[in-house]
Order: sequence, then C-alpha cells, then structure tokens
Amino acid sequence: MPPRTRRALPGIRDLVKGLRAGDKRAAGKLISLIEDDEPEATEALAALHPFTGKAHIVGFTGPPGVGKSSLISRLVREFRERGKRVGVVAVDPTSPYTGGAVLGDRIRMTESGTDPGVFIRSMATRGHAGGLALATFEAVAVLDAMGMDLVFVETVGAGQSEVEIASRAHTTVVVQMPLTGDAVQVLKAGILEIGDVYVVNKVDLGDPESLIANLSFQIAARDGWTPPILKTSAPEGLGLPELADALLRHRDFLETSGLLRTRELSRAREEILENARRLLARQVRDLTSAGKRFEALAGRVVDRAMDPHAAAVAILRDATPKRR
Amino acid sequence: MSSVRRGRAQRSNRPGDLKPPVNGMGDGDARREFEERLRVWEFTTLRDALARHPERRETFVTTSSRPVKRLYTPLDLPEDAAARIGVPGEFPYTRGIHPTMYRGRPWTMRMFAGYGSAEDTNERFKYLIAHGETGLSVAFDMPTLYGYDTDDAEAKGEFGTCGVAVSSLQDMETLFDGIDVGAISTSMTINSPAAIIWGMYLGMAESKGVPWSDLRGTIQNDILKEYQAQKEWIFPPEPSMRLVVDTFEFGSRHVPKWNTISISGYHIREAGATAAQELAFTLANGMEYVRWGIDRGLKVDDFAPRLSFFFNAHNDLLEEVAKYRAARRIWAREMRDTFGARSPRSWVLRFHAQTAGVSLTAQQPEMNIVRTTVQALAAVLGGAQSLHTNSYDEAYQVPNEKAVRIALRTQQILAHESGVATTVDPLGGAYMVEALTDELEEEAYAYFDRIAQLGGVIPAIRKGFFQQEIANSAYRYQREIEDRERTIVGVNDFVVDEQPEVEPLRVTEASYRAQLARLRRTRKMRDARRHERALDRLRKACEGDDNTMPLVLEAIKAKATLGELCDVMREAFGVWEEPLLY
Amino acid sequence: MPKKIRVLIAKPGLDGHDRGAKVIARALRDAGMEVIYTGLRQTPEDIVEAAIQEDVDAIGLSCLSGAHMALFLDVVKLLRKRKAGDIVVAGGGIIPEEDVPRLKKAGIKAVFGPGTPLGEIVAFFEKAAKGA
Repeated sequence: MPPRTRRALPGIRDLVKGLRAGDKRAAGKLISLIEDDEPEATEALAALHPFTGKAHIVGFTGPPGVGKSSLISRLVREFRERGKRVGVVAVDPTSPYTGGAVLGDRIRMTESGTDPGVFIRSMATRGHAGGLALATFEAVAVLDAMGMDLVFVETVGAGQSEVEIASRAHTTVVVQMPLTGDAVQVLKAGILEIGDVYVVNKVDLGDPESLIANLSFQIAARDGWTPPILKTSAPEGLGLPELADALLRHRDFLETSGLLRTRELSRAREEILENARRLLARQVRDLTSAGKRFEALAGRVVDRAMDPHAAAVAILRDATPKRR
Repeated sequence: MSSVRRGRAQRSNRPGDLKPPVNGMGDGDARREFEERLRVWEFTTLRDALARHPERRETFVTTSSRPVKRLYTPLDLPEDAAARIGVPGEFPYTRGIHPTMYRGRPWTMRMFAGYGSAEDTNERFKYLIAHGETGLSVAFDMPTLYGYDTDDAEAKGEFGTCGVAVSSLQDMETLFDGIDVGAISTSMTINSPAAIIWGMYLGMAESKGVPWSDLRGTIQNDILKEYQAQKEWIFPPEPSMRLVVDTFEFGSRHVPKWNTISISGYHIREAGATAAQELAFTLANGMEYVRWGIDRGLKVDDFAPRLSFFFNAHNDLLEEVAKYRAARRIWAREMRDTFGARSPRSWVLRFHAQTAGVSLTAQQPEMNIVRTTVQALAAVLGGAQSLHTNSYDEAYQVPNEKAVRIALRTQQILAHESGVATTVDPLGGAYMVEALTDELEEEAYAYFDRIAQLGGVIPAIRKGFFQQEIANSAYRYQREIEDRERTIVGVNDFVVDEQPEVEPLRVTEASYRAQLARLRRTRKMRDARRHERALDRLRKACEGDDNTMPLVLEAIKAKATLGELCDVMREAFGVWEEPLLY
Repeated sequence: MPKKIRVLIAKPGLDGHDRGAKVIARALRDAGMEVIYTGLRQTPEDIVEAAIQEDVDAIGLSCLSGAHMALFLDVVKLLRKRKAGDIVVAGGGIIPEEDVPRLKKAGIKAVFGPGTPLGEIVAFFEKAAKGA
C-alpha cells in the first residue's frame, strides 16, 4: 500500500469522539477514510459499530431523471420540520473511461446545506457495478453513529441498484414518474418486488393514473405489509408529508412485527459476507500485485494448461496461512 | 397556465407574396453549364493546386463548429433565391427592416454602462453622450438584478461591481439627473424585477414632467432566457410570464413607444450556445411570449410591434450576418402566417446587438479592440438597429473611460469611414451568406420541432433541455481550444509573457455610503401608512389576476424600495429553484 | 490505486455566469477527479459547510461579477475558523490583476483568469491534493 501522502490525520479515537459530539469535519474525514479504503478504516468502523443501529435507513431507487434528488431534498426539510436529524448519502456513477465523476445530487439540496441537523455526502461508485458505492453503507454507519434519526441513500438508478439497496436498507422507496405521451410504461423487472413504498413523482408533468393503476395491480402485500403508492410533486411539495408518514409507518411496522430484527440479521449477513469478500480480494490483490506467480498462473490459464477456478484455488492456498 | 401551441402548418420554404422573377441561375441551361464548369474546375485547376499545396486543415469550421465549404457559388442559391431574399423593408425582411437602413439614420450607438452608485453612472452616461452615443443602456449591479436592496444581507460585497445599484425611485432620479429622457431612448438590462425598475423609470419621467407617451426605450424583461442561460431568476416561470404580459398590456396602453421586452440570444450565446442554438432558442422564446400575450386576450397587433430582440455579435462574421437575416425571415413568417398578425409592424424583427463578451481575452487585451471591430462589423452588415461594442479591458473589469471611448469610436469609424453604411445590405446575394442564411433557418426549425416535442419552451426548461444543449456546446468549444483545433490569438498561440496594463476602475467606499444614506433617507422620509397600504394592495394584485403595473407604480410613489416590492412578489409567487445540474 | 481527488467547484454570491465553472467541472472529471458542483448563489457558509461534509481536497471559486474580494476572502476566513484551513482554495473569473496579490496573500493559492488552459487548472488541483 503506498504511503499516505495526504494531510496528516488525527487519530481514529479522536475522530470517533468528534463524530459522537456531532463534529461534521470528523464525519467527513471518517467517510473519506472508508471510501479510500485506508488501513485505519477497519479500526474506525469497529469503533463506530456499537453506536450504530438506531437510524432508520431509507433507500431510494428509481430510473435516472425521475427526481430522486429533489424528492429527497424536500423530504429532508419535511423531517427537519418534525425535529428529526437527517443524513443523506447520494451516489453518482464514476465514468468508466476517466475514473472521474461529477457528483450532482448535492446541488439540489442547497437549502439544507448549512442546517446543523443535516449531513449530506456525495459519493461516486468508483467502479462498483451495482448503482451504489462499496463504501455507501459504511458511510451510512458513520452517520448512524453520529446520531442521525434517518439516513437516506440515493442510488444511481441504473443497473441492479434496487436489489443492492433493498438488501441493506430498512425501507426501500421506489420512485417512478409517469411517461408523457401514449407509450405503455413497462416496469423494470424486480422493482415490483423490492419496494416498501412506491412513489409516483412529477405528477405535475404527466398523467399518473395509468402508472398508479399498473402498480396497484402488480404490487402484492409482502410479510404483512402492503406497499402504499403515493403521488408526489417535489416543486410544489405535494405528497411529501404523506411520504414522510409512510416511512414512519413502515418503521413502526418493522418494529412491531419483529421484521426489523429479521432484516437486520439479513443485513448483518450481507455485511459479514461483504467484508469477507473484500478481505479475500485484498489478500489476493496483495499476492497478485507482487506479480510473478500471478502472471505465471494467468499464462497457464491462457495456454489451457489450467482453468481459472484452479488458478484461484492455487492463489488462495498461498494466501491462507498454514494451520499450526 | 397552459401555453397554447399554434400549429406551424404553414411552415414552408415559400417566402411569401413575391412572385419569383427569373434569377440568373434559375434558368436551367445556365445552371447546368455552370455545374459543368465547376466540375471541370474541381478536376483541373483545384486539383493541381491542392497537389502542389494542400489546405491547412481537413475541415474548416465557424466559431460554432459549423463546417464551411471551400467555395460557395450560384449553385448554392435555391431556385427562387431572389424571392427568398426579397427587398429591404418588405416581407420577409431578409435584407433589412427599412428600405433605406443606415442611409436614413445610422444604427443607435448604445453603450451598456453602469457601476457603483447612481451618481457614478450618471457621470458615465453624460461622458458617453458627450462623446456621441445616441442611446442609453443601463447595467445594474447583481443585487438589483436579483431584487435586493443595497443593504440586504444577500448584497454583501456586490454593490456596484458589475452595474449601478438602484434600490429606489430616488436612485433612479439621481441616475438620470440632468438627462432629458424625453429626447433620448434608454435600454435597461433588467429581467426578474423589470416591471419594478420600469416602474421607477416611469416614476422618474413623471417627476421630470416628461409624458409617458414621449418615452422611448426598452426593458430586457426576458425571463425565459434567464432560466436557460443568464440565471438571474427570482420567481418561477408562470408568475414571471404573467408579469411580462402585464408589462405588454400596460405598455401598449400607456407607453406606446416603449419596447416592453428585448427577447435575447446574447446571453444564450455567451453561455456557450452555437449560432444556430442562439437563433432557435431566442425565436422559440419569442414565440412563447406571443402565445402568452394572445392567451391574455391581447390582440397580437397591439403588442407585437413593441417586441424587440437582442443578439450576440460573435467572431464569425459571415455566419453572424446569416444568423440575423435568418432571424428576420423566420420571425416575419411566423408572425404573419402562424400568429396571423396583420400589421407589418408586427412582422418586423428589430434588434440590438452586442459584441461577444466571452471572446474577450485577458491576454494582450488591446487585441480585443480588433475583435470588437470585426464583431461590430458583423452586426452592421447584418442590419442591427442598435449596437453596443465591448471595451478592451472587460476581461478584467467594468470598462474605464479610455477603453469605453475607444469602443464607441469603433462604431463611429464603422459608420463614417468604412463605407458599409452607404448601401443597404451590402452582403445580400453573396453566395455564402445566402446559403448560410438558409442553413440556419432550417436548423432553427429543427430545434422548434424538438422543443415542441418536449412540450414547449417551459416544459423544456424544466427538463433542462436548453441548459444541457448549451453546456455541451460550451464544453466542445473549450475542448477545441485545448486541443489546438481552434486558435485564440494570445491564448493558445501567439502568446507573450507580459503583464497587461489595464487601468483599474474601482467602486469606492464613498459611493457605497452615499447609496446607503439615500436608501436610509428614502425609508425614513416616507409615509409609513401609505407605504404599507400600497404594498398590501400590490400583494393582493399579485395573488389575483389584475395587472400588477398600476400597483407597482403606486408602491414606488409611496417610496417602496426594490427589495420590498420583490419580497412581496417572492411571497406571492414563490421562488424558483433550478431543477437540474446542467 | 491512486487516491481519488475530490474538488468542490462553487459559485459564491449572486453571479449567475456558470459556463466556466461547468466546463472546469467536466474537465476535472475527465482527469479522473470527483467533482461536487455546488450550483449558483452559494454563501461562503454554504461553500465551507459543503467542503467539510464532502471532505474535499480543494475548492475552486468562480466569480465574474467583481465581488470576488469580499466573497473569496470570506470563504478562506471561514475555512480557518472551522479548522479546515488545509483545504486548498483557488479562484477564477473576472478579476483585475491588481487584486491577485491581495487574494494570494489572504490564502487563495491560485487565481485563474480567462484563457487559462484547462490543463493548467487540472495540474493545479492534482498538485494541491497531493501536497496540501
């Protein structure tokens, strides 16, 4: 790992202490540590974990252009009026060609910029395929530990982001908008199964009724919860109080039904697996970046002397310390 | 408010009423002969020359990245060219809106000016008039443009830096002190609070005893391009459009010689648009204003004659000239055939031009004098009614006296020494100019279709269509410069390492204090009850359907300030939030 | 893997000319950086708060209305107050030559006038992220 060339960091303990006291700078730095996969990141997350588990994590998914950012911006204000503290992690795609990204969600949330009860972090997917960044839910953990009552996660909206977010958030909100014109609106496979709340946004721009009918027809109750279908229009603030209510209702439902624990366990499983994957990948990377063995194996795979699975097994054998 | 979309069924290439006379190339034989001639030329003379000496590049493009041909010939003119081109002063006005153009009167030399306090700018106005400008043009500072008084928290650090601060009728009176507003026309670059600033101008004229029927001038008042390009919005589109139509209505009845709007492409171009986009978006906006006027119940011939336009005069002289001509032709056709305007005064596109600010360089700034000259020439050859020329120091600041005098003299030299003002539309008939005019016209109509598909101008604004198109063009242009595909003298070629000498122009602390003092006095010296009542009545008018202008005027006379009036409107209309990143 | 450079591009004050800011945002993205563009009408407080939450390496301020002196200096002052003075600040727009030394003295690391090559700006932010 190349030596850290950036500005000197305060210790992890200081950062966590600052975070718990509400210091936004500490929050920003901790999230960066995690995003950059610094060696201290693991220590930081371990230190934070005991303080997490209180925030209501709400994921927002839906196609690009449907208005997720503006909706979230309004929802933040709605919850602020109800005295809640809100964190937002907004994810935008990294360009596969340049590795860079313009993170454009914060721009829609400027009203909340200096509100002490709001924290907004923009994140790039950094190559991760799902529509979320690898660090997304760890950033959520930072905001959870900071004391946020709700943390909103906004996905890119493409790819399989719905599935990823549904497995990690408490409440998944699927945002759609009515098509203008006569085209029949085809709903993406999967979204009809993962949403806890469905929102038809931008109702001021098109006719939402056929989409709503479509959704009502196809959405079934799941585990005792019937996902509501809500109409919103962010510029006019239409439907926002109802959406906030729905989110709170869902949270209550999760608690009273015991489903919360089920979902938390499912999340924990995911997180453990995710960490395991990463640990493994790091080990493989460490080994393979050392080079020669990896190159040799790659050559053998190309020459059909060995298949890729066998090559991986060989590498992992090298990675796993011998038992004593 | 829904915008009624008129069909454009009559859109066609027919120029209109003129019967096509036979033009030189119209005759089939002559055309074929020339085609043959050209082919031979290509395969002999041209080919030999290219073999000896290839061209500098593979494609040559305009400032808007439009590819241009090696040679334009009579074959590039359509068969009915003479009819399409027409004669000046008659539909479709391709060659100009008057039969005599500058032989009757040169264009108005109207220098955009303003900085610091009303006193500072009053001085600059007088300087410019003394040096021969023939029309006034007011630049306001950022707080004024956004409807904030000088002492508002939002105005911090922004007093007078890019224009004059006007917060009250008293400021307006100071601004025009010693100037006969009955004898000179005034253009005011103000948009979101245009109705209020216009109200202050009208109030000022009244206090000078100048009847409104004598007042000539323009308020920019073009809110649509704010959302698209200049970004000086306050309220959302619908209430803003309502205010605009209020001014149309009021102006047509009470201030008949006043242009209540200057439908602008200048800013759209400055933000990065191509010439075709500038043309198309401006005219699309123009047509949207006409629709709203008609929806209000106004007769098109009652307000259309007072719609005016404002275009950029950019580097590529020939493309710019073509752009202006295409603009006149399109507008004439749409006004007559789509909107059914009967009066030729409604068909006529009158425009002010400004040389391209964005082309000015910080490096070797004296070269900007040359750029401005070429651009001004384009505007003149294109038939502008009014012209502002930029000063060479404007990549650093608002112009100092020496620089602005040079800019004004540039116009005077063009008018009196260059010879281009001695005849009407001198470039008319030039093969390239006519071909580009036709091309731009076609491209504009393609954009009109796109915009219609998106639901019209305002839905397209909400979808970020214009903003995205403009940002893309801007980025492409910059990349061309970075990649050295496009040369900017002094910037990416012919560079010298020297410190430019630009005499600074500063807004003084004294001006700031004078303005604050005047503002304080205004607030102190007014009848509080009258003031409150007036604001209340304005609020009710905003919430209802009545024309707001009379209530604006009443409040202004009660010594309400710009910020106070805008606050009432902000409350009633809401505040616009830009929906998209780009 | 080299660390991602995060930059905040901001428009303080009322100035609405955003062509340059947007072009630069894209150029930085094309150079592999993560760019947060704040949009228009940001107060110095908005900008500093965003810089802290986003934990950026550097801030680029754009102002074409002549109000740069007050606004840019406010940003620098606020950053220091919030103990974020290590974030590098650069400015651009319509800025008279005479103002540049004063801006630099106050903590604006670089001033990029019209015509500055994008490559130069990209290089600056790359350096700023490493060295700061």
